[in-house]
Amino acid sequence: MNILEVNDLGKNFNLHILNGKRIEALKNINFTMKEGEIIGLTGKSGSGKSSLMKCIYRSYLASHGEIIYNSVAGKIDLVAATDHQIIQLRKNEITYCSQFLSVIPRVTAVDVVCENLFRSQKDKFEAREMAKEMLEKLGLPTSLWDAFPVTFSGGEQQRINVARAIIARPRFLLIDEPTASLDQKTKDVVVDLILDLKQNGTSVLCISHDEYTLEKLVDRRLALYKGEIEQLEGIAE
Amino acid sequence: MVENKKYVNKYNFAFIDEATKKEIRRKLLKAVAIPGYQVPYSSPEMPISRGWGTGGLHVTLAIIGKADVFKIIDQGSDASVNACNLREFVHMMTNCKTTFDTREATLIQTRHRVTEEELNENQIYIYQVPQPEPLRGVERYENKTRQMHGEADYAKMWVSLYEQIVRHGDIMLGAGYPVKVNDRYIMAPSPIPKWDCPNINQSKALHLFGAGREKRLYAVPPYTKVEPLEFEDIKFHPEDFTTRTCFKTGYNKAYLDELYFDDGTRHFVINDSNFLDKMVNNEPIKQHSNKYLSELKNGAE
Amino acid sequence: MERNDDNWLLRVRNLTKIYGEANENTLALTGPMFNSNICPETDSIVACAGIDFDLYPGEVLGIVGESGSGKSTVVKLLYFDMEQTVGAAWLKPYNDGLINILSESNQKKRFIRNHLMGMVYQNPRDGLNFRFSSGGNIAEKLIMAGNMHVGHIRERASDLLNKTEVPVQRMDDRPSSFSGGMQQRVQISKAIANNPPLLFLDEVTTGLDVSVQARVLDLIRELQQDLGIAMIVVSHDLSVIRMLTDRTMVMKNGRIVESGLTDQILQDPQHEYSQLLVSSLL
Repeated sequence: MNILEVNDLGKNFNLHILNGKRIEALKNINFTMKEGEIIGLTGKSGSGKSSLMKCIYRSYLASHGEIIYNSVAGKIDLVAATDHQIIQLRKNEITYCSQFLSVIPRVTAVDVVCENLFRSQKDKFEAREMAKEMLEKLGLPTSLWDAFPVTFSGGEQQRINVARAIIARPRFLLIDEPTASLDQKTKDVVVDLILDLKQNGTSVLCISHDEYTLEKLVDRRLALYKGEIEQLEGIAE
Repeated sequence: MVENKKYVNKYNFAFIDEATKKEIRRKLLKAVAIPGYQVPYSSPEMPISRGWGTGGLHVTLAIIGKADVFKIIDQGSDASVNACNLREFVHMMTNCKTTFDTREATLIQTRHRVTEEELNENQIYIYQVPQPEPLRGVERYENKTRQMHGEADYAKMWVSLYEQIVRHGDIMLGAGYPVKVNDRYIMAPSPIPKWDCPNINQSKALHLFGAGREKRLYAVPPYTKVEPLEFEDIKFHPEDFTTRTCFKTGYNKAYLDELYFDDGTRHFVINDSNFLDKMVNNEPIKQHSNKYLSELKNGAE
Repeated sequence: MERNDDNWLLRVRNLTKIYGEANENTLALTGPMFNSNICPETDSIVACAGIDFDLYPGEVLGIVGESGSGKSTVVKLLYFDMEQTVGAAWLKPYNDGLINILSESNQKKRFIRNHLMGMVYQNPRDGLNFRFSSGGNIAEKLIMAGNMHVGHIRERASDLLNKTEVPVQRMDDRPSSFSGGMQQRVQISKAIANNPPLLFLDEVTTGLDVSVQARVLDLIRELQQDLGIAMIVVSHDLSVIRMLTDRTMVMKNGRIVESGLTDQILQDPQHEYSQLLVSSLL
């Protein structure tokens, strides 16, 4: 079963405040993704990897085309879905893990990781225990668990970001550079955690520049060049 | 020459002209129809100043008939200045019989007390009211208080009672304790002591309230529910006289006044003068019955 | 999963407030296209017009825009602080959403306000009675919902003050002796006293210094997570909107120029004005 079918997706930016300047970020994007598959998105900076991911997550509004997502409750076009439907999907099925942690003032590392669990009304104590377990796996020093991540280093923030995405056990995970600023040992942990999710049926779309991560993790690669798909290769094909 | 009999008397019967009486009566009918609701009225000029009992006088003079027997008390006493003067005035203007005897009277005007003796169905009880608006303490604008009454929005009143309990441990309203009439309007019962409030509840008599200076009339018809405001856990309670007794009768199931004699000793005496006289003379009296009174031990023992 | 679009909590249609005498051209001659909300023919002022949206249970909706864009007017109309010129709103928990709440009697509106809504104003003086203690202010809301037990009222009030991090020892003090941040937290306690399904927040952090602002925002987020209250957050501050809301409507000159998911509005704003607003974000 396909979890995602992207048909003729295009994205332009019309910048009114720059006298209507038009930027074409994506065009003619077509691909499908099977349930439980991990696809690696590759390409140079500015090739449109993040734009594609954001279009799927609806942080960007696609200019044309459709993104059919096969949700638990049936097929839905993520381009045309109502905001409310997207909110529900984000809450229950789709998680996006960005490259950078958007920190919230005065919330501890553990609680940042728990955020999604709290939102789905999970028991607070239980949620925090899960978060601590996850942070332990990812090697975040215990002394930082109750600190505010604003002051953390890039690598520490990255761990928190990955932890909060994975702990939600989403059905469909969009993850941007999960291993970028991590040491080799932690990279392996992250790869294992994502593979573990896959074992449990999660489909993953992953942006990475790191050949090691791609090698270990992905079933197929989708290479983008100037907003178009350059090549699609992988063991599944 | 044809004698003009119409103007033989200097004044119309009961002083007020018939048209104005009709106006007051119409307003009283409205007040009776909506228990506890304040009806604006004309409050015509009287030969006493507004604020000295004109409201009560308006009501008395508008409804008094030649067969009525009139009694007037001022803080329980038939003999205080205000009562004497108004009694004299009403008598001069109507030639009606006046009395001190609560049971004999058909029309009783009062300032700040309800008689201890039970009222009956043939009696009308008339209050002189200085401030008819129970919400004035929490809301100074008349248009707002009228809206609050209209929408039964009494939260502010309740919060002010809550605040008193928080600050002082009890509701600090001695006289004029707010009551809810017929489950609808909050009403100022005029500055009667808390002791008297339960005696308006389900009373056999008609109670009429006149506020001359504020130009408002309101009423509690016979057999109407009148409840002092109280919280579920902090209840209304009347004045406590359990440790005191009237020095003349030894009784304490009546509202007592505090007296200091010339030798500096403190005594208590029943405030209602007619009730006191009857007790002293051992005349039969039927007192009001209410749940607070019935909880008290017989004070005469 | 709830994919049903019919489980809305609050539905608003064509909500419009015009000050002054409008004519048939007023709406056509005002709005963002004219960069004005003053009708050139009648001088009437269109505070807001044609506001349509649905709010779902537990959802947080942001309304962002510059001063005078009509964003506060929208929540004040919905909280019955002002009367709409035209428009309708339905609230699911009230009569199963079958009755336009804006056309109800004052008494029924008061019931709706006391049982189903809460409001936190920018200025604590609008939401609190400074003549009553902070506990008394909370008591007012509880009493209006029929709680007539002083002991229970005080228990509930101290719970609420605890939750909003106001020292319970100060329950019987007047809010006038409190700091701005504390007044705001008392206001929040009062607003949520009866566990309403819907809470309006009108510029709640404006005028507070940054650390106090962060605590208030934190509190709101926590309440949202714990109690699942749906909220409408009005702010000119995009960082407040980003931190609190799922969805955002951008208003200008009394109209909604764009609405969408908050991250979409912030990352891919479509309307010229939204782009300007986002590019001005520090």
